[in-house]
Amino acid sequence: MSNGWIIEVENLTKRYAGNTAVEGITFSVQRGEIVGFLGPNGAGKSTTMRILACFLPATSGTARIAGYDVFTQADAVRRRIGYMPENNPLHLDMRVREYLKFRARLKGLGIGRSRGRAEVVMEQCGLTDVSRRIIGHLSKGYRQRVGLADALVHEPELIILDEPTIGLDPHQIRSVRQLIKDLARDHTVLISTHILSEVEMTCNRVLIMHRGKILAADTTQNLQNIMSDGGQVIAEIAAPVAELRACWEQMGEIEYFDIAPSEGEYHRCALTPRSGLDLRPLVFEQARMRGWALRELSRAHHSLEDIFVHITRPDREEETR
Amino acid sequence: MRAYLTLVRRELGTFFVSMTGYAIIASVLLLLGFSFTDMLAKLNDDPHGAQAPMTELFYSTFYFWLILLLTAPVITMRSFAFEKWSGTYETLMTTPVSDWQVVLAKFTGTLLFYILAWLPLFGCIAVVRYFTLEPTILDPWTTASTFFGIVLFGCLYISMGCFASALTRSQIIAAMNSFVIGLGLFLLSLRRLVPAPPADWAAKVFSYISLSEHMEDFARGFVDTRHVVFYVSLTVFFLFLTLKVVESRRWK
Repeated sequence: MSNGWIIEVENLTKRYAGNTAVEGITFSVQRGEIVGFLGPNGAGKSTTMRILACFLPATSGTARIAGYDVFTQADAVRRRIGYMPENNPLHLDMRVREYLKFRARLKGLGIGRSRGRAEVVMEQCGLTDVSRRIIGHLSKGYRQRVGLADALVHEPELIILDEPTIGLDPHQIRSVRQLIKDLARDHTVLISTHILSEVEMTCNRVLIMHRGKILAADTTQNLQNIMSDGGQVIAEIAAPVAELRACWEQMGEIEYFDIAPSEGEYHRCALTPRSGLDLRPLVFEQARMRGWALRELSRAHHSLEDIFVHITRPDREEETR
Repeated sequence: MRAYLTLVRRELGTFFVSMTGYAIIASVLLLLGFSFTDMLAKLNDDPHGAQAPMTELFYSTFYFWLILLLTAPVITMRSFAFEKWSGTYETLMTTPVSDWQVVLAKFTGTLLFYILAWLPLFGCIAVVRYFTLEPTILDPWTTASTFFGIVLFGCLYISMGCFASALTRSQIIAAMNSFVIGLGLFLLSLRRLVPAPPADWAAKVFSYISLSEHMEDFARGFVDTRHVVFYVSLTVFFLFLTLKVVESRRWK
């Protein structure tokens, strides 16, 4: 508990009859992080989360939350985590406040404290206006907030959210994401998703899971750096192709280039430097000297999507086997 | 304990937030009314036959058994199956509540509802008592022991229903399973249907598990410890099985 790791997972394996859902994964999460669990459907994210939430036992390996083993000390672990399962199941026949008080009581809070905490989390999740409404009558966005409020109600150290934005419209997704970001100020958050932009926007560290294994675990920034192919630069310049080609060939710093026509006179040039050099000032200098109109000059930015596709692409799978 | 009480309250509450609870109580009342008129008809046919306690006439009506056999599957079917189906089982099982607390709370909540559904019986008895002005026909002790028998019967059938419900995600299947188990046990007590036991010991066994014989004793005002032990031990057995089913997700 003292070492600052809130989740420590070692060689965790889960086999269902006949197939392996999670295969010997090892990772750890530090207090205060927002970690994104990323992977295609069926990668083993939900299974891992269910094991961490003490719902399913692992076939082998150990998992500890705040120093407590999830199998032998399940009670202590459950008190410390707020878990929202996939699809956010709720008692649809209860009212919001009633439900949150009920959940707080189940999680071991006293009557007075349950009432107090229910009010606090309703305030936090923007549910105060609907506190007397029946959950089954609420929109999906509100229900998701109720699920989040439930995960928070007993002030857990760690919040585990399985696909928290699935099935929401863009506005609702935005507000739920903002809520998760706000939570991260005083909680550790582990969220799973198959939506890449979500991780990019909310998380500071990513675990990429595929077919029951963790293929990459790093900060989003580092993953992007690994992927940026030596600092490729994109420039859109209004000039004839021949002139552009001559110019780039003449520049010793450029390893290779690619010119594609854009609108009107403009051409889109993808320039790759010989070393990790930043080509942008040089390109700008050339354009200024030759009097070309330059309308875009940027470094290629790799999204997590590229990283993800790169990591999970089939030929790589062959390597790992 | 706190979690247990919260769960009992919730379990009991589910019957009243929707129509189901009221519908069940209404149909129990209807059948109870049929049973009551049946009993009154019997009394009219043979006014001097009322030597035996009136509660005994009650248990011998067809409707009485129909209520006993039907209510338990209907009220227990949703206990586990619905939670599994809707997914709330996962949120429930990831709270710091132990498995036996969940099983016991579901059992207690349903049992309380069952008792509630049977309370109108006292109304029927009070009506008879008011009009006959004959205190010996229905003394409080006989009435209490009849009700006690009904509650014990409910304990057993509800524990069987919880077990059936824990086995599946479908409420319909849960209800059918628990009805079949319950009916099977009941049919054993119908002498006319079961061929005469070949051996003496077999007859004893059949008599020991005969639910109608138990009810007869209770209706006469006899609280036989053998019967009490029979119901309590079987209830504990089925609750134990339910607990094992709930725990079984940890073995898979």
